[in-house]
Amino acid sequence: MAAIFQGVGAAATLSSSPSNSFVPKKFLTSPRRSFCVRKVPSSVVVRSDGSVNFDLNSKSRRAQQLVANAVATKADSSAASSSSNPGHELLLFEALREGLEEEMERDPCVCVMGEDVGHYGGSYKVTKDLAKKFGDLRVLDTPIAENSFTGMGIGAAMTGLRPVVEGMNMGFLLLAFNQISNNCGMLHYTSGGQFTIPIVIRGPGGVGRQLGAEHSQRLESYFQSIPGIQMVACSTPYNAKGLMKAAIRSENPVILFEHVLLYNLKERIPDEDYICNLEEAEMVRPGEHVTILTYSRMRYHVMQAAKTLVNKGYDPEVIDIRSLKPFDLYTIGNSVKKTHRVVIVEECMRTGGIGASLTAAITENFNDYLDAPIMCLSSQDVPTPYAGTLEEWTVVQPAQIVTAVEQLCQ
Amino acid sequence: MALSYLRSSSSRSVNLLKPLSSSLPLRRPISTDTTPITVETSVPFTSHQCDAPSRSVETNPKELLTFFRDMALMRRMEIAADSLYKAKLIRGFCHLYDGQEAVAVGMEAAITKKDCIITAYRDHCTFIGRGGTLLEVFAELMGRQAGCSKGKGGSMHFYKKDSNFYGGHGIVGAQVPLGCGLAFAQKYSKDETVTFALYGDGAANQGQLFEALNISALWDLPAILVCENNHYGMGTAEWRAAKSPAYYKRGDYVPGLKVDGMDALAVKQACKFAKEHALKNGPIILEMDTYRYHGHSMSDPGSTYRTRDEISGVRQERDPIERIRKLILSHDLATEKELKDIEKEVRKEVDDTITQAKESPMPEPSKLFTNVYAKGLGVESFGADRKEVRATLP
Repeated sequence: MAAIFQGVGAAATLSSSPSNSFVPKKFLTSPRRSFCVRKVPSSVVVRSDGSVNFDLNSKSRRAQQLVANAVATKADSSAASSSSNPGHELLLFEALREGLEEEMERDPCVCVMGEDVGHYGGSYKVTKDLAKKFGDLRVLDTPIAENSFTGMGIGAAMTGLRPVVEGMNMGFLLLAFNQISNNCGMLHYTSGGQFTIPIVIRGPGGVGRQLGAEHSQRLESYFQSIPGIQMVACSTPYNAKGLMKAAIRSENPVILFEHVLLYNLKERIPDEDYICNLEEAEMVRPGEHVTILTYSRMRYHVMQAAKTLVNKGYDPEVIDIRSLKPFDLYTIGNSVKKTHRVVIVEECMRTGGIGASLTAAITENFNDYLDAPIMCLSSQDVPTPYAGTLEEWTVVQPAQIVTAVEQLCQ
Repeated sequence: MALSYLRSSSSRSVNLLKPLSSSLPLRRPISTDTTPITVETSVPFTSHQCDAPSRSVETNPKELLTFFRDMALMRRMEIAADSLYKAKLIRGFCHLYDGQEAVAVGMEAAITKKDCIITAYRDHCTFIGRGGTLLEVFAELMGRQAGCSKGKGGSMHFYKKDSNFYGGHGIVGAQVPLGCGLAFAQKYSKDETVTFALYGDGAANQGQLFEALNISALWDLPAILVCENNHYGMGTAEWRAAKSPAYYKRGDYVPGLKVDGMDALAVKQACKFAKEHALKNGPIILEMDTYRYHGHSMSDPGSTYRTRDEISGVRQERDPIERIRKLILSHDLATEKELKDIEKEVRKEVDDTITQAKESPMPEPSKLFTNVYAKGLGVESFGADRKEVRATLP
């Protein structure tokens, strides 16, 4: 009874990555989808459920031709547009870097600002060698002044530049909260639409390995009420690259949440240019019995729990919500209509976290479809302790997820 | 006097190149004359870490008359806003700029519309200086959709993108890093333009200002930080808020210049100097020594922390409009009556615009949800029921 993961079309397998203990050995994500060819206005839209849409106009026909060409050179391809291209393997931080590099090549307005991003190469190596390639004016080392360099990024974005502001740790961006809330989120509205702020604010957050309370913060819960921003959380190299590129291309301010412990995940991703939709959730494992909603690192805890659950005879549907603001209520709603039970597994604290908002949103919209109250598993409302054992108990563990699902499905 | 009228009628079409002499009051079409006049500023500039510009400012009759008219318009507009606020047509916060008009007007005379200006919440007159119309101002103040921010911003959020006016910010000091970001973008695009980031003496104690200044100096950004020092941060006098009220020196390694902010020509000279400096050497701080007659905002009477004598004293001795009026009269560029006519005309214009603005409609309820996100650009996006299907990738 190996874990059966349904995928539509040819799916590429992940190489087993021993670097993270919580990643299951054989890990199939939803299959690679088609791409947007660089610099050509593409009309290929990719959905996470596997369907591909083409616009019926001449541009799309051109894109289709280009699509065919790109695939035709590969040898053993049976499925039409799904990627039979073996792609290349890389780690998550490399995927982020690839996305960033490709966007910087594509658009000269993209620049990166942050502490140690330039000469040092980034504290998590996401911007390694970019300063050498693009120069000091495009990859800027800032002093340790989050409030002002975030403000500067927003000011630059008002004129049309597309800065990518890196917080060395998401927790440091609390110092820039005023700039993010008032200027980044609200300027498009208070100026009556005159200014757009195409900024990307990114950085690692979440509970790491004994980093202490101040370096283990989950800022998505603090930023979620700011109107005007979009928040996304990446969890695999595939969606990290895709979300990074989509965030840079978006005209809205996007906050991209990465996780300190996920930077060394390895996966095979396509060679072609692709982006992931910013407002869409990812179906990780379709199922029938219960919907498990999760994001970022907790996805891996959930998948580990899913293995146990499958062995016990349950069929969980796992959705990585990816888009933390706005929620993809369409995918979530369809799942709730199918399974009638929801478990939310998140890393935010119980009070005021993403799970709390998601619970409210699902209850408001889909109450009629629920057979049982929504179970929300979140971190404890405590500052993250240093001691390893205590830290483990602040976040949700796979065993707790299994218990919760069993309880819910009685 | 009849002789001079005859003289003026015959010389109306002649462009005299001689500087005016005081014995012959000659009248000519004042609005188009550009013969240079040199005026000395009221006080010399004091500088920090740089050489002060000269006290002699070049100007011409056309410019002086423009100064007069613009400042009269701004003054009239602010006083009208005062009465509108008391009549409860303007709500919330209303920060008035009367007394400080010389800064807005002098700055505009020294720069182009390609240079950026960003300021805090006392932005009505700066917006007018940047080319905003009176209707946009009053409509926005009264929350109508004809306003510059479609009624959704209010008094503290005036913006005009096409003339590079970046607002309009409510949080004290937050606009300074934004201004340095604008300067960064100008350097990035190699525009040869500068950014003027205005803030007050209250905001001069904000940490983010010094952070932004440090980064601007490090990266050599063409940022000019202008402290409009009206000596009171809300209700607190500057000597009670700042250990060192010499704001032009607080940049330390960044050069600074202290300017009499009630003298439009001194402001113009300083801004011209600052623009040249910033394009070559990086950031510079300008401190405009100015004064506001009203309180901090309409909820502040303005007299609990300063005496009425002080206010009327400044009004008598340093008022910017009076200074320009005296200059015009002493150079015989116009008569008293002509200047009074300009003021009457301005007053009528303001009154007419207010009437027009009062009748303009409020925003539609559906506009509550517009402009939260920039839609239609970028990837396909959906609402909860996938009803909104957007355009494709750029």
